[in-house]
Amino acid sequence: MMLRVINALLISLCLPLATLAAEFDYQLNPVKVVKDTYIFEGKTEDFTFGNGGNIVNTGFIVTSNGVVVIDTGPSLRYGEQMRKAISNVTKKPILRVYLTHHHPDHFLGNQAFKGIPIYALGETITSINNEGAGFTDNLYLMVGDWMRGTDSIAPTKTVEPGVVNLGGHKIEILGFSGHTVGDLAIFDHTTGALFSGDLIFHKRTLTTPHANISLWLETIAALKKKPFKVLIPGHGPKSLDKQAMDDVSDYLRWIDVTFKKASEDGLSMTELMAQPIPKQFSGNALLKEEFSRSVTHLYAKYEQAVFKRAN
Amino acid sequence: MLKKLLFLLLFFSASAFSYDLPKDPLASVQWDDMYAAFLKEHPAVFDEKVIVHAPVFAEDPMNVPITVDASQLGEVKEIIIFADFNPIPLIAKYYPVKAKPTLSFRFKIQQASPVRAAVLTDDGVWHVGGMWVNSAGGGCTVASTGRLVGDWADYLGEVYGKEWVNEDANRVRFLIHHPMDTGLVPGIPAFYIEELEFETEAGEELASIKLYEPINENPVLTFDFTPDNKKSTILMSGADNNGNEFEARFKP
Ligand SMILES: [Zn+2]
Repeated sequence: MMLRVINALLISLCLPLATLAAEFDYQLNPVKVVKDTYIFEGKTEDFTFGNGGNIVNTGFIVTSNGVVVIDTGPSLRYGEQMRKAISNVTKKPILRVYLTHHHPDHFLGNQAFKGIPIYALGETITSINNEGAGFTDNLYLMVGDWMRGTDSIAPTKTVEPGVVNLGGHKIEILGFSGHTVGDLAIFDHTTGALFSGDLIFHKRTLTTPHANISLWLETIAALKKKPFKVLIPGHGPKSLDKQAMDDVSDYLRWIDVTFKKASEDGLSMTELMAQPIPKQFSGNALLKEEFSRSVTHLYAKYEQAVFKRAN
Repeated sequence: MLKKLLFLLLFFSASAFSYDLPKDPLASVQWDDMYAAFLKEHPAVFDEKVIVHAPVFAEDPMNVPITVDASQLGEVKEIIIFADFNPIPLIAKYYPVKAKPTLSFRFKIQQASPVRAAVLTDDGVWHVGGMWVNSAGGGCTVASTGRLVGDWADYLGEVYGKEWVNEDANRVRFLIHHPMDTGLVPGIPAFYIEELEFETEAGEELASIKLYEPINENPVLTFDFTPDNKKSTILMSGADNNGNEFEARFKP
């Protein structure tokens, strides 16, 4: 919180606001992926001031009654610019927002959707209440004034998995876990669009700060059974087949096997971080960085499984 | 008066550094102070043979993994590990006797900082290596999870670990349950493991280590011992700053 005050002070003291406002433009460009369905594709990068946190895919479905929004992006500015870009596609009202999970790049645009019902899984709402403020402070540190005015706003409605009919679209809400404790995916039976959230990363190495590998693998097996036409991953380009799903499963299995072997061989975290990564995964952005982070997130559990009581 | 002060300052700075300090390759404004605080008994050289492995960004500032490897220097007397910009810079002092000059553990980092190892060789020279670790910050001023959950006392001093008989050394890795409170969190005094000693069951001294507040909660440490008998069971004993004593044994 303190940080944000300092940020605001610095800006009001040193810089003419008008020039800044013009610069903080995410240049959101809606891309149609299938009938009635659009996405805003983010960069496959880490959070930087340069990208303003636009490293995520968000999207929307235009039904006959109005618009269904999926995820709200990393900041208030993003959420506002998203609404503007949507209004250039359709003048229909926004019916509701669905959040895929509680990671900050997916929900910190919530403020821009005030007054519109925001739906999320119960686990996601709990996690946003517990961790949202910390995430927000962290993003201020990483992307700076792109975040101006952004606060963590909890979803307003708890969603139960199941099918809803919205303006002629038969939309199935899927409740999973694995990437986090609450991972929502959306399958539009009418168009074949599958919004996976961060259950799928495509051509970008997956992240694991709240991951459970075995649950994540089960979830992907379930997702694969959906007869989708186009898959919109949480990060990276859309996919028309199941290759992106197999890639995620392969990487998760490789992490599991590699961490298990390292723990049995007595490797420390830094020694594990230095292990070679198979060529198979080299097409994924941020491979080395994310692998190293995953060691920090997940290896302690593997170590402890090998250790025995010694006193 | 002013002249006298100046003279005193000159006198003290001259006597504090009777060696010419080498230029810090990590360009930290704290280097001179670090030298004066921890290394001033001996001259120091920066040496690429002292390898510090850590991630360039501290994903979890409460648990930054590090490996120090000075095996290219041969026999060493002492290894001091510190982070220039930590509110408590000193992290550990390792004294390998029958052990490789290598160790791994996790520590807390408060902000972006050089993390260094200074290795004292028999000729009385500190060989210094290190790297910058960036961090979003806060590792030293956050209460330990055991404190937040409130159950740390139930597990205090429990040790879990394993010994591996590798070709070049007997590796021991273990976890000790301990909150390792830095004393920088309001209302929670410093409470940390101060010293651990290692010997074989036959009484052969292997190594000892002094730990300081920045070591992570429930520390996980890795050592490579070189006992005469590779089948040795290795004993650990130690104590924290409140007088709690710890013992453990690791069988190959
Ligand atoms: Zn995520």
